[in-house]
Amino acid sequence: MSTAGTSKRSMRTPLGRVRNLGAAHSGTSDFWRQRLTAVAMLLLMIPVLVIVMMLLGRNHAGAAQILSSLPVALILLLFIFASAWHMKIGMQVVIEDYVHNEKLKLVSVMLNNFFSVAVALASTYAILKLSSGV
Amino acid sequence: MVEFALPKNSKITGGKTWPKPAGATELREFRVYRWNPDDGKTPSVDTYYVDTHDCGPMVLDGLIWIKNHIDPSLTFRRSCREGVCGSCAMNIDGQNTLACTRSMHDVKDGAVKINPLPHQPVVKDLVPDLTNFYAQYASVEPWLKTTSPTPQKEWRQSHEDREKLDGLYECILCACCSTSCPSYWWNSDRYLGPAALLQANRWVSDSRDEATGERLDNLEDPFRLYRCHTIMNCAKACPKGLNPAEAIAELKLKMVERQI
Repeated sequence: MSTAGTSKRSMRTPLGRVRNLGAAHSGTSDFWRQRLTAVAMLLLMIPVLVIVMMLLGRNHAGAAQILSSLPVALILLLFIFASAWHMKIGMQVVIEDYVHNEKLKLVSVMLNNFFSVAVALASTYAILKLSSGV
Repeated sequence: MVEFALPKNSKITGGKTWPKPAGATELREFRVYRWNPDDGKTPSVDTYYVDTHDCGPMVLDGLIWIKNHIDPSLTFRRSCREGVCGSCAMNIDGQNTLACTRSMHDVKDGAVKINPLPHQPVVKDLVPDLTNFYAQYASVEPWLKTTSPTPQKEWRQSHEDREKLDGLYECILCACCSTSCPSYWWNSDRYLGPAALLQANRWVSDSRDEATGERLDNLEDPFRLYRCHTIMNCAKACPKGLNPAEAIAELKLKMVERQI
């Protein structure tokens, strides 16, 4: 519930409250990257599905053989990169929408960043490991 | 966190049912939100019966009839009674709109249910406190800003450039759009909301204005502008048929345009 009009906490003017700390002069790059990664995922979706279907039912050696191809590994890596980035931006938007406690918000955004990087790196490691035949 | 339930003192309790007017042949039931800051009670919903033969067709006509004939304490804003001033914006049958341009016959299924605009502090009955909303409008500095010497006659504009303001200049600042927007409900302290952003785009799109870049600088913010998630409630609610969501999308496009 907005208390802006009737707030008793502050004697600041309404315009002062709205202007507050000023504009962050950022946000456009996240907006653009969210769309960029969405288009990238859309384009990569079909090749990724084909690769996953090729991998179905194969043993470790068979999977490693498919993944040793540069285009296959590249497509999977790009897909992971795009989706992890997209996930990070999307989750941050959700946190900013709903978490209003400043400390909790800071911690949540931090954890979201750590989680996204960890997922991306773990997946990258797995693909590189398989594609190098280990 | 976001509040999904009403605060304790805002919980609506049962209200008074006012007697039906004597001698009326055709009655319409009105259920109206009531809250008085002075009586210490929680809000309630009162039931009134309006004689539709004795009153005009619009919801506002019904409210004025109630105030004149049944309950003079019923409080609401109204002025032009023809959709120009934006004073009588309220939530009618679940939708934010102007009471003066919504016919009570368009409200189907029984009673005409009337509440104040959602998620704003209430001053009394159907009167919301729009202080923050107006301050947000002021923050987009809605006036022509120029550096060039003022011309002797007027700032000239081509017909094509003037047409770019169509769909923007008609906004009457009734607040139906902003108060229908969930993003505005959760973050109205930092998100400017559809009305102020549509107005911002009105000045950003004005060919005579020389402060376009500064205006965009002032809006470029994860909260001020980018809380809009294209939910489109604003376009659905606007009683003037405008599309604030499209105006916000145009602002975002201009933000990207100047970076790429």
